[in-house]
Amino acid sequence: MTGRFIRLDEHSRPALTLHVDGEPVSALEGDTLMTAMLQAGRALRTSEFDDGSRAGFCLMGACQDCWVWTESGERLRACSTPARAGLRIVTHNPEASWPNLA
Amino acid sequence: MAEPRVIIVGAGPAGTRAAEALVRAGLRPMVIDEGQRSGGQIYRRQPEGFGRSYAKLYGTEAGRARDLHQSFEALLPHIDYRPETLVWNIADQHVWWANAHDQDAAPFDALIVCSGATDRLMPVLGWHHAGCYSLGGAQVALKAQACAIGREIVFMGSGPLLYLVAAQYAAAGAKVAAVLDSAPASARVRAAPDMLALPSVLWNGIGLTLALRKAGVPVLHGVTPVEIRGDADQGVTGLVYRTAGGDTREIACDAVAMGHHLRSETQLADLARCAFGFDPVSRQWLPQCDAEGRSSVPGVYLAGDGCRIRGARAAEAGGQLAALAALADLGLAVDAAERAHLLDAMADYARFARGLMRAFPWPQHQAASLPDAAMVCRCEAVTAGDLRQVVRETGAREANRAKAFSRVGMGRCQGRYCGLAAAEVIAAEARVPVESVGRLRAQAPVKPLSISTGEDAA
Amino acid sequence: MSAPAGHSDVVIVGGGLMGCSAAFFLRQRGLSVTLLETDLVGRQASGTNFGNVRRQGRPIHQLPLANRALASWRNAKALVGSDLEFMPSGHIRVCYRERPELVGAMEDYADKARDEGLSLELLSGNALRDRFPFFGQDVLAGSYSALDGHANPRLAAPAFARAAIALGAVIHENTRIIAAQKSGEDFVVTAGDGRSFRAPILLVTAGAWGNALSSQFGEPVPVTPRGPNMSVTEPVPYAIAPAVGVMTPLEEETVYFRQVARGNIVIGGSTRGPSFPDQYRAYVKPENLLSQLKHIRRLAPELGRLNIIRVWSGIEGYMPDSLPVMGPSGTTPGLFYAFGFSGSGFQIGPGVGETMAELIATGSTDIPIAAYDIRRFAAG
Repeated sequence: MTGRFIRLDEHSRPALTLHVDGEPVSALEGDTLMTAMLQAGRALRTSEFDDGSRAGFCLMGACQDCWVWTESGERLRACSTPARAGLRIVTHNPEASWPNLA
Repeated sequence: MAEPRVIIVGAGPAGTRAAEALVRAGLRPMVIDEGQRSGGQIYRRQPEGFGRSYAKLYGTEAGRARDLHQSFEALLPHIDYRPETLVWNIADQHVWWANAHDQDAAPFDALIVCSGATDRLMPVLGWHHAGCYSLGGAQVALKAQACAIGREIVFMGSGPLLYLVAAQYAAAGAKVAAVLDSAPASARVRAAPDMLALPSVLWNGIGLTLALRKAGVPVLHGVTPVEIRGDADQGVTGLVYRTAGGDTREIACDAVAMGHHLRSETQLADLARCAFGFDPVSRQWLPQCDAEGRSSVPGVYLAGDGCRIRGARAAEAGGQLAALAALADLGLAVDAAERAHLLDAMADYARFARGLMRAFPWPQHQAASLPDAAMVCRCEAVTAGDLRQVVRETGAREANRAKAFSRVGMGRCQGRYCGLAAAEVIAAEARVPVESVGRLRAQAPVKPLSISTGEDAA
Repeated sequence: MSAPAGHSDVVIVGGGLMGCSAAFFLRQRGLSVTLLETDLVGRQASGTNFGNVRRQGRPIHQLPLANRALASWRNAKALVGSDLEFMPSGHIRVCYRERPELVGAMEDYADKARDEGLSLELLSGNALRDRFPFFGQDVLAGSYSALDGHANPRLAAPAFARAAIALGAVIHENTRIIAAQKSGEDFVVTAGDGRSFRAPILLVTAGAWGNALSSQFGEPVPVTPRGPNMSVTEPVPYAIAPAVGVMTPLEEETVYFRQVARGNIVIGGSTRGPSFPDQYRAYVKPENLLSQLKHIRRLAPELGRLNIIRVWSGIEGYMPDSLPVMGPSGTTPGLFYAFGFSGSGFQIGPGVGETMAELIATGSTDIPIAAYDIRRFAAG
């Protein structure tokens, strides 16, 4: 059990599966994407300017700390995005795979 | 005469009561809100399909919460409701909005901004580690997602929210490692006379402290946080703090919930070109408004915590007052007795709010003693030392100037979580009054806006 | 009742990049300098522009000035103590499929520019796409300038100001000059708070406010204040080296972007907004931001995935022929001007300061500036 967030209640909701960094993650209907990711893992994304990671901060769409990416490069703010079956999330910036465009 | 177009931004307590008053007067306001459901923050609704009772979610506020939510539901056929929609700019008597499907500019004759508040944060060395959350964030996790932010949680800072969230967590079965209040115990006693303006709320606060103690949670006063320990893999691993008596102690934890009361979300008022003034009691810059919520810009009204931090009941009254002011200014009839009653109530709320600020003061001195290595701007990873160096080397002593040279406030959150503390750091380093540092000027978009905005419509 | 607050060899009115660099170079030549700035140095056009440090695209007669400036950009760290985040990572301007005639214009320019020491490489088709895969499919061809680049405008004028002060210049910020006149051998400029400053030489580098001063010497000029349309994205991993722009006759299509070392992509252009010189404020109109984003999506579609986190504007001074007012006064000996750079002053800024210092100190300069003579606006 390595998740950061701990479910205290509301356990009997339909399950759904999404993918994070290619791995399946099981979540519940009504979870935000942040909850879905953090009840399974420790962080939402790598940090841009230091070697740590970020797991959100305000949960109310103000701090902008919880932006994650889909495999196709779409940006999602995890605390205000509902978890959906079929989402394919990556925790690092996909532009990192651009060829160097110098 | 064509029906006046009124737009309300925010569907929390202030926005709900404003909409109600306008609908009662026969108008059909547009209500734009970022959330999935109405209710704002303190009365934030759980998602559909969740089963916890109002009593469990809102405790002593259950009745008010239910009333508010039902009021909004009853309004739905009579308003133009735009949920999950961001107002990203205001210009030329138009509100510019965007959501996942569309964007446009909506014209208004009157605009009522009910943008609410966020937590106010004083940085602590190590607060960038994964596992640090605002008190409000910890509360959202519990209230809206039935989750605790961690296995062993330290709650620290000051303000009524500190005790409320910690008590809610304890009651819900989470492990609360400690509640560390930066305010000295004596501050609450001194402020008690003002807080008696709302005796039932004061009683609630005392009850929360007793409940925590009864649950075996250590509650300490006069605490200074020293460092949030953590590492790149685990995130938060512990908290080091200094007691009122001067002892340094460490407590193991995997999550910290922190905050010092609230700060108003004023970006929309700024974009609407409202005049601001410095409030020395709360040490914040706030948009000017009269007793009924008129800003300095004709046709723009402000209500709720987005204008003055006075709590949920004041937000409800303020929303109603602002709507009445808008109606009066539009030449429509207004009930003078209703207005007078609301103004009386606001006076009590204002007094209580002042008491709260005295009981739970913003620990501005912590800014001066922040270690250089402490991050001030989480978004841009700018430390207190970086900021102080900029002040010394460039002479920058004004918020926007210091931002231009240090990058503090240039990140995604646009200074929401660093701006107030950064002003204190600048003021301390430059040895000037914090008022002279000014405030970060709001720029559109109020929150990040996709470069694809407008793509389908174009 | 005002008391003279000092006498120097030169008084400069206007603390943007032109004024601050002129102050620096004048001090290097040993002249005493007092610079007066209404607000804080470098806050308007100098601090809010896009940050292009490009020679490409300038009028051919301006290239010697641009070459002179480039030497300062390259040497900024030694010169003013900061590299100003100058990235000599190239500049490319492209044209779209529907204007193939612009390819000829690019070739024509490249030929002429070569004579002035600016070497440009023309790219199209696969060569363009292999090198710069981010271009949208409507991009036809590009002209690439390897030695151009970009820098951080917010740092430039303040750095020159600090370096000038270190050499002994006196700079008064929060000092708005409301009157200027010649009295005997000296110019006397008076601030709103009553302070006055005297010098035998007056240099007006007051940007969009230049006409307020030139008018007081009988040479009004039609400066139009306009606000640049600027936005910036969240940081993304660094991948785009050159500054990128569009060559087109349409203002709304003229967009550009550059990625800074930290990863944010700065975007500028499309329809410009109004500015309010009296209030020292300019705003980006929301519709102008949306127009900018639409044209950016066409230029580099992958940028469509990114978020804009902030917009800003400032106050730039535009002349009707897009050429600055630069050089000696047509009416008053000892009076000099350098303002109205029409949104193209950033790269040449240090060169302008150096050239004005040379002109003031020696009486002449080899840098061609005749095209910028203020007398071209004289009536009759």
